[in-house]
Amino acid sequence: MEAWKGHLERLDKYRWRIPRSYKAGMRVDGLVYADAEMMEHIKEEQALEQVVNVAFLPGIVGRSLAMPDIHWGYGFPIGGVAAMRLDDGVVSPGGVGFDINCGVRLLRTNLSEEDVRPRIDKLMDNLFAGVPSGLGSRGRIRLVGNEIDEVLEHGSRWAVEKGFGRPEDLENTEEKGEMPGADVSKVSRQARERGAPQLGTLGSGNHFLEVDLVDEIQDAETAAAMGIDRVGQVLVLIHTGSRGLGHQVCTDYVKLLVAALNKYDISLPDRQLACAPLKSSEGKDYLAAMACAANYAWANRQCISHWVRQAFCDAVGICEEEAGLELVYDVAHNIARIEEHQLDGKKTKLCVHRKGATRALPPGHPALPSRYARVGQPVLIPGDMGRYSFILVGTQKAMEETFGSTCHGAGRMLSRVAAKRRQKGSSVLHQLEAKGIAVRAGSISGLAEEASEAYKDVADVVNVVHQSGISRIVARAKPLGVVKG
Amino acid sequence: MKRFKFLEHTADIGLEASGSSLAEAFANAAFGMFSIITDLASIKEVESRLVEVNEADAEGLLFEWLNRLVFLFDVESLLFRRFEMLEFSERHLKARCHGEKHDPARHHLKLGIKSVTYHQLTVDRQKNRVKVIFDI
Repeated sequence: MEAWKGHLERLDKYRWRIPRSYKAGMRVDGLVYADAEMMEHIKEEQALEQVVNVAFLPGIVGRSLAMPDIHWGYGFPIGGVAAMRLDDGVVSPGGVGFDINCGVRLLRTNLSEEDVRPRIDKLMDNLFAGVPSGLGSRGRIRLVGNEIDEVLEHGSRWAVEKGFGRPEDLENTEEKGEMPGADVSKVSRQARERGAPQLGTLGSGNHFLEVDLVDEIQDAETAAAMGIDRVGQVLVLIHTGSRGLGHQVCTDYVKLLVAALNKYDISLPDRQLACAPLKSSEGKDYLAAMACAANYAWANRQCISHWVRQAFCDAVGICEEEAGLELVYDVAHNIARIEEHQLDGKKTKLCVHRKGATRALPPGHPALPSRYARVGQPVLIPGDMGRYSFILVGTQKAMEETFGSTCHGAGRMLSRVAAKRRQKGSSVLHQLEAKGIAVRAGSISGLAEEASEAYKDVADVVNVVHQSGISRIVARAKPLGVVKG
Repeated sequence: MKRFKFLEHTADIGLEASGSSLAEAFANAAFGMFSIITDLASIKEVESRLVEVNEADAEGLLFEWLNRLVFLFDVESLLFRRFEMLEFSERHLKARCHGEKHDPARHHLKLGIKSVTYHQLTVDRQKNRVKVIFDI
């Protein structure tokens, strides 16, 4: 891979600017959050050129942003954030990604390590059996007739009404798990065909289900608002998205928007940046279809949560009320959304793309559920499966600098091929077991691709967003058991 | 001539496929894509599907061709190993694809493909070579 040799200015310890003057056609500066060591890695590939490419897009305002977990994506970088004006801006499916509303949710429990560790094998077996995972897996839910359309329209609400979860789960989900503007007529038959049998499945790749133990609490007051009150407390982290349905929606609209580029006189350095004006029928249709896929993903995580609760109660031998298992929050990290932000001192509606980035609302924001009004929005940052994950909250600084956005995970450092060359899946499995982490995986060889060393240390990533003030660390959790697809 | 080679990409995986004609390069790209998903030596030719694609240019044709096969795998669990190009031009292809349904007892699935991307997608008409990156 060729190293990036563009123009980069260091603004302070954690901020780097790519000035508009670097390339003719850039409408705004690029701004990247990273420490010096990370930046050396980032420059080894072309992710920064992708930050530049995004700065070319019509109607982009503020800056073309990249979070510290930035890595080379397709079209947009992973870890990219871009906000567009509604009147002359564009929406790009590539700025959301194929896995629309890939995201993370966190459940807290009343349980402690001593309640779970002696039963971990039973619990992990239950989770592995209860939540279908892996490539080619089919869900336990049989959708009849046009039921898929109800999922696409109502997301988590559909799931809760069907008995998958609790009514209070909805208020603790971004958008209440039901994105407005979903129009099922904008989703292709092919997308429905891919999606219908996969509802309620974890999938494969980097998706996972993790049983964690709180191992550090930095901010006890904020943690308490989330129901996290002690070291050793058991949590559950679920990471998955919209499965084949979202993939097909993205594929359909990339194709449609590539075909419409001439019509809107848009020229791009890479077709994967394909976009359409937010005011155009193509742009509106994409947003309506994307909302359907986002709702599917929320319904997916909601159904999985239900089976996680059942698996716990059976393994530990207590009822749901005793176990707790309340939803702390659910965040999307691949999504575009119409939001209100301050622009040149005026409240302005913008379309904010977050591709591998998490919304991070500050205390007092009207979109927050009341329990988080004083502390800010929980931000869930999973690490790799061998280390730890973090819980953060959004800040006012994020609203001022990053359109209320922060990082989303560790960020890949080694390609899958390179990770596999370093070590076998079986040796990764042994290392995890030696650390006391129980693993269930559909593909042992696939574990090699997700080895710790393939990722940046998420502590470094989180440190950058914390130190730069765009979010704040609340607590850290370590894995006790992992289900990998 | 080697039918295809893998290209490394940090988050994803790509391949470069070539052939004695552009039609063969397209067939080899499909062969390469299914080699990412499974070990093709384990796949028998039991079933076939006719795939027909019409697009505005060769790049669009490659994107749609491979995505149709991703779709057939996702929905019908079909794994293909041989692609017979019955008709081929830069804007049209018709192919008979041979393979079988995924059988967990006999086929090990290595990696899922969410989609073919347009990122750095190239069709070299002189060298009969194509390059594509997948989102996995």
